[in-house]
Amino acid sequence: MATILAFAETRDGALRPVAAEVVSAARSLADEVGAQVVALVVGGPGTADAASDLARLGADRILVAEAESLSVYQPDLAVEILAGVVGDSDPTAVLFAASAQGKDLSARAAAHLGLALASEVTDIEVADGTPVVTRPMYGGKAYGRFRFLGAPALISIRPNVFSVSESPGEGSVETLPVSEATVPRTRVVGMEAAARAALDVREAPMVVAGGRGLQDADNWGLLEDLVAALGDGATLGASRAVVDAGWRPHSEQVGQTGKVVSPNLYFAVGISGAIQHLAGMRTAGVIVAVNKDPEAPIFGVANYGVVGDLFEILPVLTEEVRVARGA
Amino acid sequence: MRSIVCVKRVPDSEARVRIAGDGSAIDSSGVKYVMNPYDEFALEQALQLKEAAGEGTVTAITLGSDEAKETLRSALAMGADEGVLLRSDGSMDGLVVARALADEISQREFDLVLFGKQAIDDDNMQVPAMVAQLLSLPCATVVVDMTLDSGTVTAKREVEGGHEIVEFELPGVIAAQKGLNEPRYPSLKGIMAAKRKPLEEKDVTVSEPGLELLGLAPPPARPEPQIVGEGPEVVPELVRRLREEAKVL
Ligand SMILES: Cc1cc2nc3c(=O)[nH]c(=O)nc-3n(C[C@H](O)[C@H](O)[C@H](O)COP(=O)(O)OP(=O)(O)OC[C@H]3O[C@@H](n4cnc5c(N)ncnc54)[C@H](O)[C@@H]3O)c2cc1C
Ligand SMILES: Nc1ncnc2c1ncn2[C@@H]1O[C@H](COP(=O)(O)O)[C@@H](O)[C@H]1O
Repeated sequence: MATILAFAETRDGALRPVAAEVVSAARSLADEVGAQVVALVVGGPGTADAASDLARLGADRILVAEAESLSVYQPDLAVEILAGVVGDSDPTAVLFAASAQGKDLSARAAAHLGLALASEVTDIEVADGTPVVTRPMYGGKAYGRFRFLGAPALISIRPNVFSVSESPGEGSVETLPVSEATVPRTRVVGMEAAARAALDVREAPMVVAGGRGLQDADNWGLLEDLVAALGDGATLGASRAVVDAGWRPHSEQVGQTGKVVSPNLYFAVGISGAIQHLAGMRTAGVIVAVNKDPEAPIFGVANYGVVGDLFEILPVLTEEVRVARGA
Repeated sequence: MRSIVCVKRVPDSEARVRIAGDGSAIDSSGVKYVMNPYDEFALEQALQLKEAAGEGTVTAITLGSDEAKETLRSALAMGADEGVLLRSDGSMDGLVVARALADEISQREFDLVLFGKQAIDDDNMQVPAMVAQLLSLPCATVVVDMTLDSGTVTAKREVEGGHEIVEFELPGVIAAQKGLNEPRYPSLKGIMAAKRKPLEEKDVTVSEPGLELLGLAPPPARPEPQIVGEGPEVVPELVRRLREEAKVL
């Protein structure tokens, strides 16, 4: 039977949120071409237990490579394991998340296997039994549609774009042998967590982003209050102006030289909407702009705009959101 | 310290992108082209490493059309010692580019190969890791900080929710993210000196692509913007629309 392979990403023995999106997208593609979904999960101790959850999202077979040495992403080992699975299962397509890990691994795998890779894909169709993908280019100023000329098609999907749906698959869990022989050329020796253990702006379904209009790093409490009112799925974002000013870390920067985000809900507060900022957020579901300048370009892409002083608007907004969410 | 930096000529990030009539390419008329901004971080890093070592070379390589010589001149003006143009026209997927670059790099002696993390035209974010894989070199992508100590590179990679610390021995590959350094501006002296620096040109035949562009289209239109109103008074109405109309709260 034809196979769609889904690389389901883990960290610290747990599935990452994007893993569900990748397996769900693989399920839809598999249903369209009449294929089974094989999920590959590579990680440290505990991974096998966590991985069984993927059956719920449509995985027919779940292949688990579990070892202490895989607790952190080890690119050389991961490529080897993945290449082995591709060789055995001869998939029509291999899906990755366009995450830090997924992008690194998919590019290495493409070179290793001599296959083309389409990254940051936002849509997958099927034509003549093979995937046709759409992906943003030029900072989202154009979208390209591409056909794969060979198989398997390697695809990384943009986080937060493909929806997660339940569609139970067979879900048998099989353990893959992990060879201890490979000496990694590149060694991952540690992780430094961000100061705030926050949801990454690329993966959060709701983003509250602030710009120079906030006037000072000390005013960020206003945005943090709104994040708190929005609840678990919300996190902070920033324009480059405030990152360059040192008010916020670069990891929060949204835009062409920051991160590209596609949350369901994006608040642009005191952000003018420069073209390089729009490059990072124009695919958000709903954009809300708060700006005192009615001519600010951000209003051109916002679904909803409120003109006015953010220092007056934000506290009211936070309160109204809190009430609306019944918190 | 011998470094190779791969630089690409791309439309300026301010450029308005128009799609040519048949949807096969962007219309480049009136578009200003620059060195890919991330490649400036890579080049700056190579220059700093050479300066710290007190000796070495920095070679800038680009794959593209004749016009890409401009980008090499900018690299030379910033301080690179030599430039190499691999001349080939047409659109290429990431692996095609990586193979051509890897081929050239493999014929050279080097300690470190530096890339930008992403070219802002194709937005592939593929080439650096592919080149590393093709050449069996260690590699760190999306690097925001690196140190070099007796042949060992320690690099900090940006990942979701923090940074990964990665180590490898030279020779190796890094791909630069913003934050790695502050790229210098070419001095007038540098611009003059660039004219006398060696710039090698060769025609290359690239491999067959694995992806075919079916067409380019403008981004999906965003819904007609609504100005809800002015001042804090309209906030309840905004929240109502977010709940009832957009259903996002
Ligand atoms: C190569 C390149 C790459 C770039 N990459 C990025 C990127 O990745 N991300 C990015 O964001 N930018 C990027 N930029 C920078 C971009 O061009 C803008 O300079 C930047 O986005 C501006 O940030 P801002 O909107 O916070 O500030 P400003 O443009 O200064 O806007 C501040 C806004 O706040 C509003 N305001 C002020 N006070 C108030 C108030 N009290 N209440 C309400 N509104 C108020 C103002 O009306 C204004 O619209 C890049 C630029 C270049 C050249
Ligand atoms: N045509 C090219 N010539 C030279 N370097 C390139 C070329 N294309 C990509 N690169 C390098 O690879 C990096 C990542 O590009 P990409 O994978 O296309 O996003 C760029 O920042 C450059 O350093």
